[in-house]
Amino acid sequence: MLFGILVNEGPYQHQASDSAYLFAQAAIEEGHTIFRVFFYHDGVNNGTRLATPPQDDRHIPNRWSELAEKHNIDLVLCVAAAQRRGMVDPDEMKRNKKDADNIASKFRISGLGQLIEAGVQTDRLITFGD
Amino acid sequence: MLHTVNKSPFEKNSLETCLRLIEDNSTLLLIEDAVYGALKNTNIEEKILNAQTNIKLYVLGPDLKARGLDKNSLITNIEIIDYKGFVKLVAENEKIQNWL
Repeated sequence: MLFGILVNEGPYQHQASDSAYLFAQAAIEEGHTIFRVFFYHDGVNNGTRLATPPQDDRHIPNRWSELAEKHNIDLVLCVAAAQRRGMVDPDEMKRNKKDADNIASKFRISGLGQLIEAGVQTDRLITFGD
Repeated sequence: MLHTVNKSPFEKNSLETCLRLIEDNSTLLLIEDAVYGALKNTNIEEKILNAQTNIKLYVLGPDLKARGLDKNSLITNIEIIDYKGFVKLVAENEKIQNWL
């Protein structure tokens, strides 16, 4: 079955991102496919490659990147939410004349249409938030 | 239809609202802080017991364990499932309502 996941909360602040990750992992183990994870609102903070959590803690952004790399999952940050919170990819860096980008591997920035598409194209869309 | 609730009923009223609106033969899964709603001897226990005549109730085991709780603390007939069980419920139910 094809699943879409919506994450509305940032890492380390709320359980949503952990729940979403563990759900995605279990779904893959059960033979399902994750079509896309859409990060909205504070959820866009899951996509920073500059995070350096303590070594004995889980690395939430890297964990998403690794899962996406291994299972070909599309990780999308909402562009409007990303701009507000300073999440920048190379294109946005140029467009908004910033001096750096900070997006983690396998994440990309796009619009809300990607969330709608995830709802249309998948069998189930499940939301994790506060 | 599958409903998930993620807030403690002692913090927010989303579980009570869900119980009021949920249709018969639906499935309700308590995750994150909502697992506190599955405890026995609380002021929401009666509402849970009433709901159980019409709906099937599940609680996410890892979230229960993370809060130092186990099946001995729970109202009877609430099934404890893991993330694989969560995935199964999502696959079985065509529609999902995530109460946030």
